[in-house]
Amino acid sequence: MRTVHISLLAITVLGTAAMMVPGVPPAGGTISGKVTYTGTAPKMKPIDMAKEPNCVTQHAGAPVMTENVVTGPGNALRWVLIYVSAGDQGSAPATETVRLDQKGCQYIPHVLVVQPNQPLDIYNDDPHSHNIHPLAKVNPEWNKSQPAGAPPIHAKWEKPEFIPVKCNVHPWMHGWHLVIATAHYAVSGEDGAFSLQGLPPGKYTVTAWQEQFGTQTQDVTISGNETKTINFVFKATPY
Amino acid sequence: MRPKTPVAAWVSGVVILLSAVGARPGVAQESHIGTLTGHAAAGKKVYRRYCILCHGADGDGTGENAMWIDPKPRDFTLAVFKCRSTPTGTLPTDQDLFDAMTRGFVTTNMPQWLPLTHQNRADAVAYIKTFSPKWKTLKPGTPITIPPEPVATIESILRGRGLFQKMECWKCHGPAGHGDGPSAATLTDNKDRPIPPYNFSTGSRFKCGVTNQDLYRVFMTGLDGTPMPSFADDIKPAEGWDLVHFLRTMQPLNTPEAAIWKTWLASHAQELKPIGPPGTGQ
Repeated sequence: MRTVHISLLAITVLGTAAMMVPGVPPAGGTISGKVTYTGTAPKMKPIDMAKEPNCVTQHAGAPVMTENVVTGPGNALRWVLIYVSAGDQGSAPATETVRLDQKGCQYIPHVLVVQPNQPLDIYNDDPHSHNIHPLAKVNPEWNKSQPAGAPPIHAKWEKPEFIPVKCNVHPWMHGWHLVIATAHYAVSGEDGAFSLQGLPPGKYTVTAWQEQFGTQTQDVTISGNETKTINFVFKATPY
Repeated sequence: MRPKTPVAAWVSGVVILLSAVGARPGVAQESHIGTLTGHAAAGKKVYRRYCILCHGADGDGTGENAMWIDPKPRDFTLAVFKCRSTPTGTLPTDQDLFDAMTRGFVTTNMPQWLPLTHQNRADAVAYIKTFSPKWKTLKPGTPITIPPEPVATIESILRGRGLFQKMECWKCHGPAGHGDGPSAATLTDNKDRPIPPYNFSTGSRFKCGVTNQDLYRVFMTGLDGTPMPSFADDIKPAEGWDLVHFLRTMQPLNTPEAAIWKTWLASHAQELKPIGPPGTGQ
């Protein structure tokens, strides 16, 4: 098994190297920065999970809050997708499996990013049923039940699309499958920080997307192994 | 046949490309129902006379009558359909659309279109498929396999009842199938509109047909666009019939299943564990 793993690793490394433009150091340029907001951000509400006692127990003492707008210290905005929306010189197809968990009546992660046809495994870690219902429009919409202990659902999305996902049994469960045709992306963390690495020289359009505040774009030119800093500031409205 | 000049090669290449591109919409403009072939051009006339007032000129479900109707008319531009023989997330077959049109949708404003000829209906199916580009890029799913129905027995009904509990059907449909489960009130469809779960005590027919096979198909394919998911990954083919037999006992019908159930219940009611969340009764 170890040999298999090592050779897989080798293939992955070779694959990553192969996607770089010849003559360009693999390190490449970096675009990094922070996503923040101005104004008053809406207060997230505690979710009443009384209809699913299991989930109330799992979150005893610390009720789960809605995640439409998650803020951090210094007006940081979490769960913002930052990606190269134009100028990508070709990303290799992603083959590693992405994992989505349904746990405590929440989607983990709240914002999940996959590339077209990248394998996506959906797990139910709860001791009760969920139905997973991605409300796709460009891709086919489907809706599958997943009882407690059921094996993972193997899924993939063919076309780029930002797909809201819900569970009809637990209507507060809300997440996103963001399908983007580039390997150059990041999702901002609690501190709002992000970093896009390994960019060959070129002109890029970088888009930041927040589920409630919409999109912003900035153009960045990378010429070598430099690090460019760009920040995105969303204007928050309390409602 | 070998092109003699680069120009000829280029032209023949373009012709091949064009014919390939042209072929796909051509297929989408037709429907095939048994030996019948429906044509979109003829279907457009049928549609504009009989369907347009609800489904709209663009097929997006916003015809003049739509605002007065609940549930709303189907939006054909999404190519998402409730009643299919095909797995969740796939396009229905032409026959599925034809059957839905013929059968109508009980408890909705969609009538049975029996006054239209078979050819009219086949033509309308072909036209409906022109409203979404998905019909050009995707193929209909492969219809699910339904094994032959075994004879209903009390054992089968009881196993089905166990599935109703285990699959948590009761969370929406309610412990007695009255459509009053804990999640019933908050259900919404793919356009965020409220939608009630089926109440088994209200009648004999389902939106997608009246037979046991139709009922089997509903939970194995799911009703796409609604909260009703597919259980194809969770319920084995034979178990599916157990669930069908149990569901039939919830309806106010003199079905063989109901007769078996009533006879058994008369002397065994106290043996039943209640359906619903652990620790509560129905």
